[in-house]
Amino acid sequence: MSEELVRLKIDDIDIRVPKGTKVVDAAKRAGIDIPVFCHHPKIEAVGMCRMCLVEIGTPKRDRSTGEKVLDEGGQPQIEFWPKLETSCTTPVSEGMVVKVSSDKAKEGRKQILEFLLTSHPLDCPICDKGGECSLQDLTMGHGSGESHFLLDDKKHQDKHVQLGDLIVLDRERCVQCARCIRFQKEVAGDPVLAFAERGRDIEIVTFSDPGFDSYFSGNTTDICPVGALTTVDFRFGARSWEMGAIASICTHCPVGCNLMLNTRREASANGRHVIKRVMPRQNERVNEIWICDKGRFAHHFATSDERLTKPLVRIDGKLVKTSWKKALEHAAEGLKAAGEGVVGLASGRVSNEDLFSFHTLLKSLGGRAILSDPQAGGELVQQVGVGQGTDLGALGAGDAILVIASDLHEEAPIWWQRVIGAAKRGATLVVANARKTRLDEYAGHIVRYRYQEAARTGLGLLQAITGAKDLLKFAGDEPLKSAAKALTEAENLVIFCGVEGLTYAESKSLSEACAAILVETKNVGRAQNGLIAVWPKGNTQGAWDMGLRPAEGGLENALAEAKAVYIMAVDPVGDDPDLAESFSGDRFLVVQDLFMTPTAEFADVVFPAESFVEREGTFTSGERRVQRFYPAVKALGEAKADWRIITSLAAGLDIELEDSSAAAVFLRIAEETEAYAEKSYQSLAEFVEQWPPVGEEDLYFGGTTFKNRQGLGVQLAPTAEKDRSIKIQWSAPPEFKGKKGYLLVPVVELYNRGATVMPSEILYSRLASPVLRMSLKDAKSIGIIQGVQVELLIDGRSEELQAIAEEGIPEGVVLLGRGLGVPIAEPQYVEVRLKA
Amino acid sequence: MPEHILLRHRDIPEIADLDVYLKHDGFKAFEDVVTNQAPERVIETVKTANLRGRGGAGFPAGVKWSFLTPGVFPRYVVANADESEPGTFKDREIMEGNPYQFLEGVAICSYAAQANTAYIYCRGEFWDLAHELEDKIEALHKHGLLGEGLFDTEYSLRIYVHLGAGAYICGEETALLSSMEGELGQPRLRPPFPAAEGLFAKPTVVNNVETLTNLPPIINQGADWYRSIGTEKSTGPKIFSLSGHVERPGNYELPFGTTFRELIFEHGGGIRDGKAIKGILPAGASAPLLPATDEVLDTPMDYESVPKVGSQLGSASIIVLDETVDIAWMSYKTTSFFKHESCGKCAPCREGTYWMYHILNRIQNGNGAPEDIDLLNRVALGIQGKCFCALGEFSITPVVAGIEHFRSDFEALTGDGK
Amino acid sequence: MLVDKYPKEIDRILNKFPPERKRAATLPLLYLAQREYGHVSKEAIREVAGILDVDPTQVGGLVGFYTLLHSKPGGKYRIQVCTDLPCALRGAEKFAEELCDNLQIKMGETTDDGLITVEEVKCLAGCDKAPMFQLQAPDGIHYFENQDLESAMELIEELRQRGNDA
Repeated sequence: MSEELVRLKIDDIDIRVPKGTKVVDAAKRAGIDIPVFCHHPKIEAVGMCRMCLVEIGTPKRDRSTGEKVLDEGGQPQIEFWPKLETSCTTPVSEGMVVKVSSDKAKEGRKQILEFLLTSHPLDCPICDKGGECSLQDLTMGHGSGESHFLLDDKKHQDKHVQLGDLIVLDRERCVQCARCIRFQKEVAGDPVLAFAERGRDIEIVTFSDPGFDSYFSGNTTDICPVGALTTVDFRFGARSWEMGAIASICTHCPVGCNLMLNTRREASANGRHVIKRVMPRQNERVNEIWICDKGRFAHHFATSDERLTKPLVRIDGKLVKTSWKKALEHAAEGLKAAGEGVVGLASGRVSNEDLFSFHTLLKSLGGRAILSDPQAGGELVQQVGVGQGTDLGALGAGDAILVIASDLHEEAPIWWQRVIGAAKRGATLVVANARKTRLDEYAGHIVRYRYQEAARTGLGLLQAITGAKDLLKFAGDEPLKSAAKALTEAENLVIFCGVEGLTYAESKSLSEACAAILVETKNVGRAQNGLIAVWPKGNTQGAWDMGLRPAEGGLENALAEAKAVYIMAVDPVGDDPDLAESFSGDRFLVVQDLFMTPTAEFADVVFPAESFVEREGTFTSGERRVQRFYPAVKALGEAKADWRIITSLAAGLDIELEDSSAAAVFLRIAEETEAYAEKSYQSLAEFVEQWPPVGEEDLYFGGTTFKNRQGLGVQLAPTAEKDRSIKIQWSAPPEFKGKKGYLLVPVVELYNRGATVMPSEILYSRLASPVLRMSLKDAKSIGIIQGVQVELLIDGRSEELQAIAEEGIPEGVVLLGRGLGVPIAEPQYVEVRLKA
Repeated sequence: MPEHILLRHRDIPEIADLDVYLKHDGFKAFEDVVTNQAPERVIETVKTANLRGRGGAGFPAGVKWSFLTPGVFPRYVVANADESEPGTFKDREIMEGNPYQFLEGVAICSYAAQANTAYIYCRGEFWDLAHELEDKIEALHKHGLLGEGLFDTEYSLRIYVHLGAGAYICGEETALLSSMEGELGQPRLRPPFPAAEGLFAKPTVVNNVETLTNLPPIINQGADWYRSIGTEKSTGPKIFSLSGHVERPGNYELPFGTTFRELIFEHGGGIRDGKAIKGILPAGASAPLLPATDEVLDTPMDYESVPKVGSQLGSASIIVLDETVDIAWMSYKTTSFFKHESCGKCAPCREGTYWMYHILNRIQNGNGAPEDIDLLNRVALGIQGKCFCALGEFSITPVVAGIEHFRSDFEALTGDGK
Repeated sequence: MLVDKYPKEIDRILNKFPPERKRAATLPLLYLAQREYGHVSKEAIREVAGILDVDPTQVGGLVGFYTLLHSKPGGKYRIQVCTDLPCALRGAEKFAEELCDNLQIKMGETTDDGLITVEEVKCLAGCDKAPMFQLQAPDGIHYFENQDLESAMELIEELRQRGNDA
């Protein structure tokens, strides 16, 4: 969109909009509603449905001179085009006159609606979309009261087509607007929907395996203007007007997508409010109007029957239910006895308020607060994270993005979608990884390295950029050098730094290298520039900000020193069974979680915690945006918010923590943490009008994504914003130990078998399987035929798994998804052989 | 006209043989333009000759070529051999009978457009014909008339044959390009026009087979000569495809301006079985039905005169209806065609042709009510002016004209709404 | 697999188009698949998509759009009679009806021996030689014009013989 403004008149209203704006969008900005079906502001206009027909007139020009012809009053004569035109495909032009409310235009729209309704079934009473349906709304607003189409002539088609097992298609309701097809192709990068057949028979089909194979499929149900596409999760669930809407933030990954939780009281839940569906909430700088399917469908864990609902205490070797009073007393006793030897372990799954209270308590006890997410870089993000006002959606030509050691498509799908969007707008994408990932397709530069060389590669880029002599030992070859050049030449640079194939120590070196690159290329301290760490959890950055740190010497060593351990929202034994030893002795263990975990089996006290849907708090996203989430349903059983449990426990230890409200805890955070200074729940709840308009009266235009009236959050300033003279010291990565066998690299799969995904049964067929993935060559040498069982010898343990050969995996490496039932903490050497 | 200019095989039966074609001034024009003329000059000649597109739109070919975006390469030429309009079979006869003149036309057009690659998009049903064309193209390569460095110049040209798979809409130039690119054959938004962004998003010229076949004679004998044939604004020879209730259906190459009467009664032998003529569809199914009045019969067949009596010449596919034809049935047949061929992209055509079809079907089966006639008319007018492309717009023309001129045929079937 | 059986032909097809525009080869490859498998099955769609390096959905959607591509098997030979307006004016509808009656099938159906499917199609550009039909055979499409019931039945008999000889 250019900066040049164009003047035109729409229904006698004078409007000025940027050149290139389509008439329909110009009208919307001026508050004039032109009804649409196929048009959507986030996808290319196609002019298919013909609903947006208007009368268009342009200044008449003399054919010979090209000059405007004037009327008696000296005004340009307007020549109206002979036919009604689609306003979605017509760009504005200087002096244009548009008639939206003329009889001719109204008649035209009425006729189009009549056509669309001819074979549309009279399903409103049983259709999910009723109440939030564009066709209903536009028919009421622009249609005729009666149809002359004979009922018997109506075309009948399949009404319950499973497009894959998450989305259901009703062919009769489809108005063939192709929004879903175009969204999948243009926005989601997964062209797995297409039209088949011809004429009145055209229908949506999918041939991918599984059907409708895309992490973004749920979004099509938001932009579908009718009830043709519905989700299995919500189908026949509730009426839109019956449901409450509570703002929340997704916790599955560090993007921090804004959500709206729709709830309703259910008799089947004994009168409780339950979550009926998860919808996107508009935040253009974070997730625009989209969410990925994990965020949309993997919410059932929050209200699962398996949730802990009462505190437990170990009596005579067994965990028994007890009262809060007793549990808190017992826990306080155990911690007090440990003196200064208390070690706290928490993950980034919980809120800032929880982590702040946790950290404060542990510090007051003279203990340690350890962050279980084994990835370095949180402090670097504090220094050189993306500047305030960053919007990935504004990156384009002239900018560069580096993604290193991360499979964004699996780890943070909405970031992947935003990154490819930037690439399509001309941004230079540099993808550095040891294997092929879904970003490669859009990459301008691909840097391939061996798995243990990620940090060396980062330093190699730094060397190419600075020419520093002390970095020469990391110098790389041509692909690396030209990639480095692209990073230097970019106007704006954002680096996504992951941890795939890296030990914690290596991730330190890599993140330093990335931060140093940004400093050297002067891409720090301002918007659209900086470091983004691709964290494993939603609030890992918040955990760093609240003062938690991963254990430098490894978790096992840290636990070895502890006399008592307080664990919140993490399952170390489940992640690494060897750690069971750390808890089987006399060590006092308090566990606070949503579910009974293998770690909790060893606990002396277990506290039931509330999930994010039962309470309020804040999360800090990977882009360092602090966002509020609100309570949608009542606490399950006797569960309490993590920070409240901590404060109550602290009280029993004569330590006074802020206990009045989450908002008050946040004010304490603001007092004690510089970056959060002067923020409050009020400032986090501020919002502005966003484009495009969605939801409510605009749902036919932008879809049923919710308007955001609950807060856009606040992006924290990195220290580089005030102090551009920041310097980052790099360090060499450690040498990798062990060389026998295959390097087993844990990778992230979006749909893993973790506790937050499993309770969502509809995702079952899409869950990643615990299979060992290796190169074709290695498979051959081991003697593997696709899918055969193999034995994996890891750390003296033997695991039996399926093995498959795949292209794009380097030799000597086997990949295994995290959280699939086979625990692996860090990359390590293993043996693989055929099962006898 | 004494000698055929396009259907030369009717005078020279062996002209489909390359040696014979070459003996009869074959590829002289192509060699001349490549070795002696700048592409701009060729475009000027074609403009001066006022060669109008023979696919149905009648747009001046030279003007179309001059819209190619300067400086953007590569360019493409696509010959539209998707002949699917009911009652049209002229391109087929050209490609079967006089294929080398057509290929030479493609070559001349490619040179003028500065394209090094040309495609012939052939409807899938012309399977045998398409494979023969490929053989003929290979023969041209062997003769050094296609390929690299032609006539010792830098200019090279390859022509490929591409088969469609049975879809009338692919005759629409943007739908044709979509189909060629491997997508659904649905029309695309214009602008951008193919001359700016066509095949593979490059500047492209799409022209009908007959249009291209006119090029060698224009180059060989000059624009002035060409303008001396036909009328002032509709120049040159035209192949009229005559079908329906005539004694001698077939293709007739005649100058523009020949009247309907001359075509139907002199050349076509008049109505068979001694019946009386009732109506004429001058442009296949895509233009209003004309009642066979004297005024109509004496109308010259050219792009300017036919609209004066309320229809269009289009591709000049003249379907003749005699007194035994029930116009309601005729409308049912044409509507059935458009319903089958509608691509489905836009609501008015997709839903409208389906609706009209059902009403006409009801009327055919004796289940129509008197109100259905006005309803049919209303639906047709509801489609008008709202469609994405011409298919929808033209689909209503036989229906509306049919009701206007022969309402009694419809009323006879609807009776009292039994 | 098509790539194993027809490597040369596939290359020839792909070479007609710019390498970054492989998708233009979709229709010719679908014809190849249809010739090999008798119809365009889901497997065929995947194979063609594999050659073109696109999602199978991009190929699958096309099959229903085009009249000459068939997603379901039919008779070995398809006799597609034009019954569009110009041919209908010259007796094509009657011819089609008689043909079906003679073969003892309804329009659109296949004979019991699986040899012939009779279908109605739109204008084939043979309007001056009506009644006429095209024969969609495994090796391609061939026109038969100026037909009557006798000549059509003769052809069918010939096709039957061909099948017996093979």
